[in-house]
Amino acid sequence: MLNYDLVVVGGGPAGMAAALAAKAEGVEKIVILERAETLGGILEQCIHTGFGLHYFGEELSGPEYAGRFIEQVEKTDIDVFTDTMVLNISENNVVTAVNNSEGLMQFQAIAVVLAMGCRERPRGALSIAGSRPAGIMTAGTAQKYVNIDGYMPGKKVVILGSGDIGLIMARRMTLEGAEVKVVCELMPYSGGLTRNIVQCLDDFGIPLRLSCTVVKTHGKERLEGVTIAKVDERLQPIPGTEEYIECDTLLLSVGLIPENELSKDVGVELDRVTSGPVVDEYRETVRPGIFACGNVLQVHDLVDYVTEESQIAGKGAADYIFGKKKGGAFINTKGIDGVRYIVPQRVNIEGEENLKLYFRVGQVYKGAKVVVECDGEILSSRKKVKLAPGEMENVVITPEMLKKMNKNSEIIVRVEE
Amino acid sequence: MKKSLICVSCPLGCPIEVEIENGEVISVSGNTCKRGDAYARAEITNPVRSLTTSIKVEDGCHPVVPVKSSGPVPKDKMFECMQVINSATVKAPVKIGDVVIKNILGLGVDIVATNCDCGK
Amino acid sequence: MKYDVAVIGAGVVGSLITRELSKYDIKIALLERCNDCAMGATKANSAIVHAGFDAKPGTLKAKLNVRGVELMKKVCKELSVPYKNNGALVVAFSEEEKDSLNHLLERGIENGVPDLRIVEREELVKMEPNIGDTAVAALYAPTSSIVCPYELTIAGVENAVTNGAEFIRNCEVRGIRYENDEFILDTTAGDITAKYVINAAGVHSGEIAQLIGDNSIEIIVRHGDYYLLDKSQGTLASNTIFQCPSKMGKGVLVSPTVDGNLIVGPSATDIDGSDDVSTTAEGLSGIYTAATKSIPAVSLRNAITSFSGNRAHPVTDDFIIGSSAANKKFINAAGIESPGLSSAPAIAEMVDGIMNELTGGLVKKEGFDPVRPEPVRFRHLNTEERAKLIEKNKAYGRIVCRCETITEGEILDAIHAPAGARDVDGVKRRTRAGMGRCQGGFCGSKVVEILARELGVPMNEITKFGGKSKIMYDRTK
Repeated sequence: MLNYDLVVVGGGPAGMAAALAAKAEGVEKIVILERAETLGGILEQCIHTGFGLHYFGEELSGPEYAGRFIEQVEKTDIDVFTDTMVLNISENNVVTAVNNSEGLMQFQAIAVVLAMGCRERPRGALSIAGSRPAGIMTAGTAQKYVNIDGYMPGKKVVILGSGDIGLIMARRMTLEGAEVKVVCELMPYSGGLTRNIVQCLDDFGIPLRLSCTVVKTHGKERLEGVTIAKVDERLQPIPGTEEYIECDTLLLSVGLIPENELSKDVGVELDRVTSGPVVDEYRETVRPGIFACGNVLQVHDLVDYVTEESQIAGKGAADYIFGKKKGGAFINTKGIDGVRYIVPQRVNIEGEENLKLYFRVGQVYKGAKVVVECDGEILSSRKKVKLAPGEMENVVITPEMLKKMNKNSEIIVRVEE
Repeated sequence: MKKSLICVSCPLGCPIEVEIENGEVISVSGNTCKRGDAYARAEITNPVRSLTTSIKVEDGCHPVVPVKSSGPVPKDKMFECMQVINSATVKAPVKIGDVVIKNILGLGVDIVATNCDCGK
Repeated sequence: MKYDVAVIGAGVVGSLITRELSKYDIKIALLERCNDCAMGATKANSAIVHAGFDAKPGTLKAKLNVRGVELMKKVCKELSVPYKNNGALVVAFSEEEKDSLNHLLERGIENGVPDLRIVEREELVKMEPNIGDTAVAALYAPTSSIVCPYELTIAGVENAVTNGAEFIRNCEVRGIRYENDEFILDTTAGDITAKYVINAAGVHSGEIAQLIGDNSIEIIVRHGDYYLLDKSQGTLASNTIFQCPSKMGKGVLVSPTVDGNLIVGPSATDIDGSDDVSTTAEGLSGIYTAATKSIPAVSLRNAITSFSGNRAHPVTDDFIIGSSAANKKFINAAGIESPGLSSAPAIAEMVDGIMNELTGGLVKKEGFDPVRPEPVRFRHLNTEERAKLIEKNKAYGRIVCRCETITEGEILDAIHAPAGARDVDGVKRRTRAGMGRCQGGFCGSKVVEILARELGVPMNEITKFGGKSKIMYDRTK
């Protein structure tokens, strides 16, 4: 048994930032367990730029953003095990992991930070009818083939879903010589950042079809084409609008799912909307000493926010380890009227610092107000030029606001049109 | 003449209105920072984009290493740049920030590595 | 290449026949047109070992089903294939349907199915708390079981190869001549000569029989769509839940699988093209609607994949097993639709008998071993066992598939096994890598890498399931 103060599960941007924050708070024995061959997580294959504008004030590529944290980790005495998979976490915080050099290892931890990230929703979850040939894969898998393995997964491409990875891959495949025929989006709006629609699709003349989906795949061994169709308001394909598009590759960018299998095993309560753990403002889950941050907690749009959130979790874990975690009365937060969820789900009304509530909206709003209220009183109201489901928003709760609350209060965030 | 743009300088994606007269930018509005103003002006006169791709590595632990342009390149030169990059090779070890192609196409922009490859 | 026996088709039937015959001192070849075994109806069916109450008394289906159930447990034990006796319930949703339960019960008793009985709603709800509100009663068949059909087939082929049989892939039989008391098979893998031929070609068995001038087998291809749900849904039902059967088959079932998932299906439509395994929107939505009648909590939110299979429905509505009228040394094991999986061990036994009759008695070979050693299943081991295993072989310490906890060691075993995996789907069926909730999103590329390394080919030569199903094209640079 190896003894550690803090075990961090996952060495992507979330895990590294949490470990570094805990180190900065004075936590002595920290270990990061990472399943890939290197630290960096999914950023290693995100070779496009756009990372770090908020946090570093410059536009970095994924590996560069990760590289800055890897460099910092290497300067500390934080232990790192790569190519190492965590198999389970016991009730008394024993983390069991394996790799092919040390074999099976067990780490006794005081606190654990869950930072496993998320995975892509696969085809099976979509129920697209048709054949099951080679050439159908998630955009992220294609991204690994192109950017890490250096192979082209296809030449004539249709992309289903306009999430950021799909948009980024449309450009990437085009630059490498593929023909991206169309990007289909089931919803009447894109799930990706507006800038990515401009610079990944518009720049290359790739059409984006909203309210449109793939209804059938064709081809026995390798994909030969797809049938696409328009969908109605209930998102059902409209008969008669079918169109056949010849292609050898279908990339899916249809959503990300936080990877919480470990969390579930250890008894962490999950939020039905985010599919991530329910946490308080220190990012501690309902299991004392177990914290969560990054895409395992909620799917983020910007890595900068992952870093910010993970630093909170790292500091929270440090406070827990030193027995300094603030007690107090925790109350619930709740999103209504277009606000799909809020992270953190619980806040301490005895908090003494500004805290941010992160959320996403369920549809596109223009010129709507984001209203925060508690016990019938409006605490803040801010007009936003645009709110979109693809973009994470936040509101600030000040200690002054908290002072007005009692242990039965509930903080409500809503959109007012 | 008015032209509507969406700023790609950062993930905010501000909608920008540009007023143009005789090919010259008279005013820029809707941007929320200086970068937006600069982007809008460039987009009308000489649209540029930063380029990210990968380059072949010899003796690397991976077959390719990611690269980016050190500054933006003209939008219409992207594929020409790709041709140059695709026909080049670097030898491992490669470090983040290493210039792998200097002054590509004479554009005054270098192609630099954005990840390391310590070699086999 | 000369053989005593050539078995055409490496589905569950061909696999178990080959294994059965590999106990004799004869030279056997198992010919498969695809890049792997278990590629037809075997890999896409309900995975049920039926109790045997459904088939018409007196038919081969009835006889072989009941006998198959008796043999299946032993076969699975010998081959180290997961088998679970979970029981089945045929649910009636109205009083008229209840009448047909009694009919099924009588049939079952006549077929010799043990322990059948009718359970009323009260007991049914206790057995299956998630059962639909409209269910009034059910026929309970405690001997019904679940098994993994492709694992059984793979294990059978492995065991046959270990005992000396030869497995020849990518070997499509295009023509058969009979000269000098021997069959000469013209195949895509060259000419193959055999004294006896066994036709286990599934939906193609009619066409294969025609190659020797036997036009007696008429097969209708019956298409069925399925959904597979995440393991979190695997406990929605503990028995296999059927609805009352119709003339198109046993209807839509909801059942746990041996791996802990929930399977829902099949639809049933007759199609022309025997190789088209495309799912249909109508089929999928139909089975979903039907499944929610049995278990309302079934939700497509938890579907991890959908697939379809083609069953070989004989127009005679019974299995066709025996020497062909055109040539008695050509033995048909054709028209094997449900309960084909359940009957497969009994079909193998029957063909064994026919072979002994035709040859006047085959000689058993020394050293035949019916046991296929249990493959390493890291996910089923406890911490101590895992630690020991990794100490012995470090490759078991590297997890490749995170959803199903599959190690590199298991993938290497699958590739290097007798009749081992040659493609990504082959690795998936042998190890479950890529079978989980991310459906290979993360491990797919690693499996390609390992296959390429072990088979000594570049990554872009690796296929999903043979033929032109390549996963990648050229290098980007």
